[in-house]
Amino acid sequence: MTQLGAEVVVSNPTSKKTVNTGTVFADNELCLPVKVFYGHLMDLKERVDAIFVPRIVSVVKKEYTCPKFLGLPDMSRALEDDMPEIIDTTINMQEGWRQYMKSVLELGSRFSSSRMKVMGAYKNGVTALRDYHHHMLSGKTPIELLEKKNFSAQKPRLKVGIAGHPYNIYDQYISMNLIKRLKGMGVDVVTAEMIPDSVIELENSRLPKKLFWTYEKEVVGTVYHWANNKSVDGIIYVLSFACGPDSLVQVLLEHELRKNNNVPMMPLVIDEHSAEAGLITRVEAFVDMIGRKKESLVC
Amino acid sequence: MLVASPRMGHVDILLGDLLERLGIEYMVPPKSSERTLALGSKHAPEFSCLPLKINIGNFIEALENGADTLIMAGGRGPCRFGYYAEVEKRILNEAGYEFEMVVVEPPSMGISKFLGPIKEASGKSSRKIIKALKESFPKAQAYDMLEKYVLQNRCYEVIPGSTTKAYKQAMDVLSNIKSTSEVEGYLREAISVVDEVDKDPSRDVLKIGIIGEFFILLEPFANFDIEEWLGSRGVYLERSVYVTDWIGPAGENPVGGASPSEIAELAKPYLSHAVGGEGLQSVGHTIHYARDGFDGVVHMFPFTCMPETIAKSILPRVARDIHIPIIHFTIDEQTGKAGIATRMEAFLDLLMSKKRARAGN
Repeated sequence: MTQLGAEVVVSNPTSKKTVNTGTVFADNELCLPVKVFYGHLMDLKERVDAIFVPRIVSVVKKEYTCPKFLGLPDMSRALEDDMPEIIDTTINMQEGWRQYMKSVLELGSRFSSSRMKVMGAYKNGVTALRDYHHHMLSGKTPIELLEKKNFSAQKPRLKVGIAGHPYNIYDQYISMNLIKRLKGMGVDVVTAEMIPDSVIELENSRLPKKLFWTYEKEVVGTVYHWANNKSVDGIIYVLSFACGPDSLVQVLLEHELRKNNNVPMMPLVIDEHSAEAGLITRVEAFVDMIGRKKESLVC
Repeated sequence: MLVASPRMGHVDILLGDLLERLGIEYMVPPKSSERTLALGSKHAPEFSCLPLKINIGNFIEALENGADTLIMAGGRGPCRFGYYAEVEKRILNEAGYEFEMVVVEPPSMGISKFLGPIKEASGKSSRKIIKALKESFPKAQAYDMLEKYVLQNRCYEVIPGSTTKAYKQAMDVLSNIKSTSEVEGYLREAISVVDEVDKDPSRDVLKIGIIGEFFILLEPFANFDIEEWLGSRGVYLERSVYVTDWIGPAGENPVGGASPSEIAELAKPYLSHAVGGEGLQSVGHTIHYARDGFDGVVHMFPFTCMPETIAKSILPRVARDIHIPIIHFTIDEQTGKAGIATRMEAFLDLLMSKKRARAGN
């Protein structure tokens, strides 16, 4: 969009204010990520001419993202009477690549009448995204990449996998700096982004019925992978309260881990009332426990 | 083999009739009760939706009573219901129950996934199964038509409870249906049974549309028998979903009336894309009821239900724009009837005073 001459304003990083504003505007039964999203919308509302809220229906054929993603543009519009224009480009891979490219061109045509220019900008965007994904496969977490920081743990004695949705894990406020905290405790952290898609697919093929939520497939594939090759000492599964798909996927994960009986997993449920002290206590206890387990195995 | 299914309204009548035609022994689990819910809540994940919890409770009670095979519907998402069967199987296995599970996927996922499991369980050919379906379905539709008629007429009854009593008798009449050709005759007879109830047609009734998630709407245990409660307080009711409309071929709603595409068109200014489950239908039906001059809308759904939570986020805007009062009820295992009754009474008072103010002008 910048290349096409639009001035792009990104909402400020999530803060207490974001969550509070979002919670005021949101229906109280919504999951935390949507409440946070509302907070970000309100942050942008007075500062922009239009807000880009794509309707991401599906990113893989025959699969969906999450129902809430399907309704986001409409929910954004219903928020207040004087909302700025919501640009709701539909991304639906169930309808195939041609429709997808049509959506991209349609979005581009708002900013430039030259198809060439739009395609050029699109290609550059895709290349940047690919580079980013590539970097993550090397073991860097998105926070470290985006903030150009390095949280690397000193002589890590343990390795913990963090499973869950990126918008929870990598939002430093929402996750209460979970990754940095763990690394500070001398724990190495791995996440789903460090696992190639092919492995995720392979692990998922063990399910008798294919999951129809792409992002849940990621969680399941990741946890199954860690559990089967025992590449981590423990798993922290971050999920937001009232998350629909996660409520069922949790069963699939716990079932698998109990069956294999080797890698401990701690579900960490977060909502707008989560407090740092509670989180720290639980995480510390979990790290102590898996540390002791590892020592006892060595002896 | 003794097959059991979860309870949901009178879906057991359709299923029972179908399985009987296919020579499969079928058992209806005990009526959903506090115990059912307690069993379900104990085994199901904390913030899974209520239908899953009640399903699991039904299954456990069916297994306790001797069922060895469980039948469940599948789905293709994005609503959680499509993955229920898979999760229920694991939960019950972990709880130590032994059983077979027959999962019938919707025909849109491939006809073999729809007919295959039934073929395997019954040993009958596809042709015979389709023939049986074609005979059972109209019978089930008759039950839906009768139910709709009761919802529209209970509000006029003179003696409280007389319609409910007649409804039970009328359902017995329908149970005589053996073939499609008999449906019309018995339905007429059943409706005449309801018509015999003493009525006061001059009564000033409120008109309310009920919208929301299908399980909560169709299962009286889950909605605290809200329809009988409202009807006996003089409320004329329409409902957005019926069992056979929900199960039947997409694109038609012979019982409910309004077709899904018509409803989607109405919803378009507020929600322009399906969001799974009945989310889009809930928004569309609200506008539909407002246009038909209804006094209010009751919205019911399970706590954490994704499609309906989306609808609930959008409906206040719809209510403001087209001036129709809506009351929302989020149901989970903690919900009590008294709480619902209190809020509903206040809502009815409000609608009545609004209606009278309008009439006075």
